[in-house]
Amino acid sequence: MAKVTLGKKACSVNPLKMSQPIGGALAFMGLRGAMPLLHGSQGCTSFGLVLFVRHFKEAIPLQTTAMSEVATVLGGYENVEQAILNIHKRAKPEIIGICSTGVTETKGDDVEGFIKLVRENHPEVKDLPIVYVSTPDFKDAFQDGWEKTVARIVDVLVEAPKTQTRRDPARVNVLPGCHMTPGDIDELRTIIEDFGLEPAFLPDLGGSLDGHIPDEFTPTTIGGIGVEDVAAMGYASWTIAIGAQMRRAAEAMQRKTGMPFRVFERLCGLAPNDEFMAFLSEISGRPVPLKYRRQRGQLVDAMLDGHFHIGGRKLAIGAEPDLLYDVGSLLHEMGAHIDAAVTTTQSPVLERLPAEDVLIGDLEDLEKLAGDKGCDLLVTHSHGRQAATRLNIPFYRVGIPMFDRLGAGHQTTVGYRGTRTLIFSVSNLIIEDHENNHEPTPETWRDGGHAANSVIAH
Amino acid sequence: MSSLSATIQDVFNEPGCGKNANKSEAERKKGCTKQLQPGGAAGGCAFDGAKIALQPLTDVAHLVHGPIACEGNSWDNRGAKSSGSNIWRTGFTTDMNETDVVFGGEKRLFKAVREIIERYDPPAIFVYQTCVPAMIGDDIDAVCKAAREKFGKPVIPVNAPGFVGSKNLGNKLAGEALLEHVIGTEEPEYTTPYDINIIGEYNLSGELWQVKPLFDELGIRILACISGDGKYKEVASSHRAKAAMMVCSKAMINVARKMEERYAIPFFEGSFYGIEDTSDSLREIGKLLVARGAPAELLDRIEIVIAREEAKAWAAIAKYKPRFNGKRVLLITGGVKSWSVVAALQEAGLDLVGTSVKKSTKEDKERIKELMGQDAHMIDDMTPREMYKMLKEAKADIMLSGGRSQFIALKAMMPWLDINQERHNAYMGYVGMVTLVAEIDKALYNPVWEQVRRPAPWEKAGENWRARAMRQMEAEAAALAVDPVAAEAARREKKICHCKSVDLGTIEDAIRAHTLTDVDGVREHTHASGGCGACSQRIEEIFADIAAVPLAVAAE
Repeated sequence: MAKVTLGKKACSVNPLKMSQPIGGALAFMGLRGAMPLLHGSQGCTSFGLVLFVRHFKEAIPLQTTAMSEVATVLGGYENVEQAILNIHKRAKPEIIGICSTGVTETKGDDVEGFIKLVRENHPEVKDLPIVYVSTPDFKDAFQDGWEKTVARIVDVLVEAPKTQTRRDPARVNVLPGCHMTPGDIDELRTIIEDFGLEPAFLPDLGGSLDGHIPDEFTPTTIGGIGVEDVAAMGYASWTIAIGAQMRRAAEAMQRKTGMPFRVFERLCGLAPNDEFMAFLSEISGRPVPLKYRRQRGQLVDAMLDGHFHIGGRKLAIGAEPDLLYDVGSLLHEMGAHIDAAVTTTQSPVLERLPAEDVLIGDLEDLEKLAGDKGCDLLVTHSHGRQAATRLNIPFYRVGIPMFDRLGAGHQTTVGYRGTRTLIFSVSNLIIEDHENNHEPTPETWRDGGHAANSVIAH
Repeated sequence: MSSLSATIQDVFNEPGCGKNANKSEAERKKGCTKQLQPGGAAGGCAFDGAKIALQPLTDVAHLVHGPIACEGNSWDNRGAKSSGSNIWRTGFTTDMNETDVVFGGEKRLFKAVREIIERYDPPAIFVYQTCVPAMIGDDIDAVCKAAREKFGKPVIPVNAPGFVGSKNLGNKLAGEALLEHVIGTEEPEYTTPYDINIIGEYNLSGELWQVKPLFDELGIRILACISGDGKYKEVASSHRAKAAMMVCSKAMINVARKMEERYAIPFFEGSFYGIEDTSDSLREIGKLLVARGAPAELLDRIEIVIAREEAKAWAAIAKYKPRFNGKRVLLITGGVKSWSVVAALQEAGLDLVGTSVKKSTKEDKERIKELMGQDAHMIDDMTPREMYKMLKEAKADIMLSGGRSQFIALKAMMPWLDINQERHNAYMGYVGMVTLVAEIDKALYNPVWEQVRRPAPWEKAGENWRARAMRQMEAEAAALAVDPVAAEAARREKKICHCKSVDLGTIEDAIRAHTLTDVDGVREHTHASGGCGACSQRIEEIFADIAAVPLAVAAE
């Protein structure tokens, strides 16, 4: 439905986009005992680190090969070698995940070759799992980095099952997109387990970045899926991919293990969750638990209550493709019109977005479109706060980074329950905006009437 | 690139930089590019440093030339405050793509400058070079020059790509960009005998505004603050100031010193952290202004203001004394702050159980001894575990530190207060110290601590992770106590030089093997102190320790 256009500006103003390597690094953070390592200069890592600390409000494991100017020109073998050895010695990780950056890609470092050489020269790291992903900063966006990294983890770490007969019908693999928060993962785990299934999440940010208090001090991730659990994923019966971005990883899983997969492009909204429940019921052979029948009723009720407020809203939304499609579609289903949609990178879901246009652009574009079209609801990550202030419209935060509010990791939008929460939060925001900015006063009907007044109020 | 490397050399030769001045010429040439260990490093890059230093110029468009990572991952993450324009909070980047990397990004950069001028029309644009365009040879100096000529507006190149070095080097390179392209290019509308510059102050959380009312009252005009809440025109005409104050951080020492050299503006290094320091700084500013021709009565007026403000501040702090009785503070910060806030904390009745001296100079340490007594607990470098142990064993009731160690305190269920750059409260000047004390009170007496420390009903006593961690540490300590060989090995393993990763044992061996007598010798044989130089102090202490031990031990 939507026409996708690519912004033509030379200067990106107020970026919506974040870089590929940190998307990849975050994916590695869903593995247990992991140390993500960016192959680039120190700043590449420190910016990512600060971003994640501010978002999750947790200690974040992330290392750098600390490429200097000279090392960059000469090639980074020694830095990669030293980094691996140092991390191995100090942090004792179960896995090191390496993402390249713009500098090392421009130079053209052969990191796979480096890793091979490091393993040959240093027996102590011969068997240490190391996964490398090529993620130059000058291509694609955060979501692509996540997507490539998960697919790569599947390629490298999942073992092809030696025999099909050992497949366990109760086990399912879940490949969540980067738009799933630790809270979303927890919710999905509960839902799937309630059908008597045993889900394995790759990556599992629910285990590593949910803010729990760790059992010991460790410089690596404190939870998530273990390397051996990833290796054994081939013995499950199904792969469930969440978000169109995860199709690539699901296909990799199928190639490697012959496992069937199903992609759920959305899990926010009534219809997508009906489909999801039906699917779980089918593969588990169990009826949908009473709990979810009740939750479905509650969601329907929330939709009825919320549509008064969300209905007719002119929505301006900026997010990475899968998140945009997920939340944008739900709000559309609640009666909002997506009048301004901006995203970061290409994706097949963009064309299916219920809007006329989607622009691959920045927050300046979103702000301009929102202003031109008279939008009265802004949905994007925390960087949208300046635009919302200038436009004086209600602002709902979704995605990464969310640094100016607490609880980013626990914000939940999946399932009947998550969708209900989202509807209530957005509706309440709109009600509050009405109370603060649009209450009728004795002056309301003077000089051109209510309409003029509400325009001034904007 | 040749001009960039020349600039870097120049910055390294900075005579005003204490750390550099102590090095041999050969070492200086290597520079303080703190080549941190791959896989063991944290911290920003030179680009980060340049951006931090200049971004508080609030009416300027800061355009980052590079792939999305450099600006997209980092924009709007600093808490500097502006009294006017907010264009500095807008993220501008060329967001280079693959095609630009192959064919060069200069055209895109030029177009980006034009777009900014057409749509935002700022008084100036600062263009930041990053690693990728530096590698492919994009000449931002040439593009800026062309844009300057075409649009008749200052377009300033800031040449500090990330991989040339550390954040601190980036600060200095940013200073060089100001010296070369900005300072002295415009004239102030008028001047007074009371015009000063403040250099190296970033107005985080609006801190400068806590002090500014005092300047206003005294009739002292801040001609330019470089760069906190800075305006382009102010900085461009800052060369007409009569005196300058260099705020504690040595980040922009080159700016202060070269402005003294070029425009005869005398400067001193001072701080607005701590009551005494604030007073000293005001006095110093007065002295410099009077020496440059301001009427001497200024000094008397300053004393009156100081007396009044100090009395007010001490009275406000003293109120907390009964509440702080018996409460202990662990202070993990660096440099001047390790002692400048001590006096205020002591006045409030807090006991200091320790202060970190990792980044402190010899003078800083002397001041600490003066304030806290000869047996002051000075902490060189603490591992997270040690910090935790200190908090846990109730040797401290609250930790004051930078954001990086916050999770240690919080996960240990102990009160913590941010006193480094990411904090949300302003602690500058007399009012700032009162705020700090009030914040400590708020943190200490928050009822949340009692709640969160309560064990879960199903938890057995002594079986949580905290108890296990403590037991593990105790077991390790006990093992060392009965095993002198292991204890000696552990002692020798202590890291002295963090840049080059050199431990105590290596240095001691080198000193004995080569009968070394000074830090230069140690550097030659072990590479220690070959980085940032912060450890030269610690190495001198090793010499002192060795001298204290009878030679017989060494001869064994």
